[in-house]
Amino acid sequence: MSAASGQITTLMDLDALLLSRIQFAFTIAYHILFPTLSMGLAMFLVFLEGLELRTGDPRYRQAFRFWSGIFALSFGMGVVSGVVLSYEIGTNWGRFSEIAGPVVGPLLSYEVMTAFFLEAGFLGVMLFGRARVGPRMHFFATCMVALGTLFSAFWVLSANSFMQTPAGYRVEDGVLRIDSWVEVIFNPSFPYRYLHMVTATYLSTSMAVAAVGAWFLLSGRDDRFGLHMTKLGLLAAAILAPLQIFIGDQHGLNTLEHQPIKIAAMEGHWHTSAEVPLLLFAWPDQTAEENHFEIGIPKLASLILTHSSDGIVKGLTEVPPDERPPVAIVFWSFRVMVGCGLAMLLMAWVGVWFLRRGSLPMSRGYLRLLMLSGPLGFIAVLAGWVTTECGRQPWVVQGLLKTRDAVSDIAAENVALTLAAFIVVYALLFLAFASFSSHLIRKGPPALEPLAHKPQDTPLSGRPAFLAADEEEL
Amino acid sequence: MDMLPLIWMLFLVAAIGFYVLLDGFSLGVGILFPFAEPKHRATMMGSVSPVWDGNQTWLIGGGSALLTGFPKAFHLLCAALYLPLMFMLIALVFRGVAFEFYGKAKDKRLWTAAFIGGSTLVAFCQGLILGSYVLGFEYDGRRLVFGAWDFISPFSLLTGVGVVLAYALLGACWLILKTEGELRDWSIERARRLLPLVVLMVGLVSVWTPLAVPAISERWFAMPNLILLSPIPIWTLVMAFVLYRVLKTPPKQDGLPFITCIGLYLLTLIGLGISLWPHIVPRAFTLWDVAAPPESLLFAMVGVLLIVPVVLVYTAHSYYVFRGKVRAEDLYH
Repeated sequence: MSAASGQITTLMDLDALLLSRIQFAFTIAYHILFPTLSMGLAMFLVFLEGLELRTGDPRYRQAFRFWSGIFALSFGMGVVSGVVLSYEIGTNWGRFSEIAGPVVGPLLSYEVMTAFFLEAGFLGVMLFGRARVGPRMHFFATCMVALGTLFSAFWVLSANSFMQTPAGYRVEDGVLRIDSWVEVIFNPSFPYRYLHMVTATYLSTSMAVAAVGAWFLLSGRDDRFGLHMTKLGLLAAAILAPLQIFIGDQHGLNTLEHQPIKIAAMEGHWHTSAEVPLLLFAWPDQTAEENHFEIGIPKLASLILTHSSDGIVKGLTEVPPDERPPVAIVFWSFRVMVGCGLAMLLMAWVGVWFLRRGSLPMSRGYLRLLMLSGPLGFIAVLAGWVTTECGRQPWVVQGLLKTRDAVSDIAAENVALTLAAFIVVYALLFLAFASFSSHLIRKGPPALEPLAHKPQDTPLSGRPAFLAADEEEL
Repeated sequence: MDMLPLIWMLFLVAAIGFYVLLDGFSLGVGILFPFAEPKHRATMMGSVSPVWDGNQTWLIGGGSALLTGFPKAFHLLCAALYLPLMFMLIALVFRGVAFEFYGKAKDKRLWTAAFIGGSTLVAFCQGLILGSYVLGFEYDGRRLVFGAWDFISPFSLLTGVGVVLAYALLGACWLILKTEGELRDWSIERARRLLPLVVLMVGLVSVWTPLAVPAISERWFAMPNLILLSPIPIWTLVMAFVLYRVLKTPPKQDGLPFITCIGLYLLTLIGLGISLWPHIVPRAFTLWDVAAPPESLLFAMVGVLLIVPVVLVYTAHSYYVFRGKVRAEDLYH
């Protein structure tokens, strides 16, 4: 049995291609967790500092100082794991770099120039510069860091979206050439994927903030701070979760148009037909081209995808077997993502209902669930990325270059060595990150500082009543 | 359109130059860490904490510039130098997280080791890569003929050690600028001791390179190049002597050793460029052989011309914000 047919029987079958795939998947999955948190926290910190400047309320400064500690940890982890990726596309995926380089190279260069330098250039001021610059300059620095994260997501998702739905190119002498940079950058799937990912980071962070708030409430460590965080997190999540579901749906429709086989894999749909059921559960069988133990809602997939229950949805068998993605992986990762999304929606709306009803303190059972819901966004991000990247297989650039033709010529034992090193090092660092983060959380927010400058606006004006309610509660 | 690859090459070289000089001193501080008294270490790290990320970003800039301008070279070099690049990347991970974890840890030993080991290994790997790069490669039609462990050779071990010492010297000069009292005196002493070692390294490498690579020997020693290029080694020696004098008497201007050291390194980089010109994959491909298509170079170049000056401005601003000696607030946040 060879690895090429997707079956691994012994360690000897782990050839260089598979090892490189595992290594890249591992290093990029690990990496993406951190920008997911960093992007959300960067924007949250802008929000907190902006409100502090506007209202002079020291509780915003307190929250800023608390979250910037965790932000710095997360940002640092994101940077170091990101540097690895920038060279890994050369070391392990050199043929991809050579062939797609004319497209991807400039896009990544723009990412470095407009985003990485911007973040790095102002991060020092933001974290260390309070005593050296005035409040406006400091706020500007915080804004620049958040802007840098948005620019970063823009360019890297443009490049990644090009790999999904290439446009504006032609092939010449075996490499990609550019016909139109506008079409390359704003390729068909890019706007959807950019919005979907950015929203995902903000949603994930909202849930994490709410979860931390829940911990403070449950432990009795700081009820006021805990309630403030829980409210902010839940309110944001209550808006972002349904928005994300809408964006995801639109993204799915776009994918149906440009990557129908990926949709077929996501739905476990083998044979082109109409009245396609929405499968809630199934066990896809790649070789038999069918599913076992299907449980589905009749006609619903056709309805969602084509807005008509008679709608025809293409099946996986439209393409030869070697052009089909690994269906079981894509099918289940998609469901995990959607499941997490729905769970976040539920938790957020129930939470906001509690808040509006004025039932404070909140039910301990709910708070415990909320605390456990902290990771939901991150699980969804990972599952979503597995869906979109595995769903594109066997292509690394859809329709143009197959993954197996993109790998560098490196001996398997060397890739095995580096993969093992990454696993060990990253595991160690994740433990350290988790340990330092939980220590920061347990340490709690710093003491409230007295008002440093005159507020420019009355503290509680313009905010919904139930946000102001905590003043009377405590 | 032959100008495009050349102009892009200049950007690439500039990016590498910025990286070597900026991250050079950042890594240098880490390399000096074990030789400093524990009470000084937080200050040493604090001298670099607010700026290290921007410095390191030039490494990503250089890599993406290589990919953008010369994709085939990026592919072939990254694959051939797989192991040293990977070791360097993992070392960078340790060095990077050490900035965050060192400050927060109660028991600092692990993260001190990570900072020292990471910084030193990064420098050493870069030296190994440099040495292998200078020696050059053969191309067999599919890949560079270079064994996975061939990056370890007598010459590359020399350049490896050389880069470690060179970064340490630059780091010491940076500390002279940024610190006061006992730590500054210590830094001056370290710089004094490192300078002859670095000069020795530069000398050895300068002699060995033409011996190892005949084409480079021809470049430097054939007439009229021998006359035309002689200012480079002459000025390098002059710079080294100036740095020696600057360090000998306690420098009044704190920034003088750092500036002089940068001048010295710029000269060695120029010398390196002269040796390797016009190859991007030494001995196998010139920069024109593997240049990216013009529409890619042009698009990227517009960005560079518009954006990099802005980057330089706010980078300079960030250094300006943290000008002067290290303060207590720079150490922790």
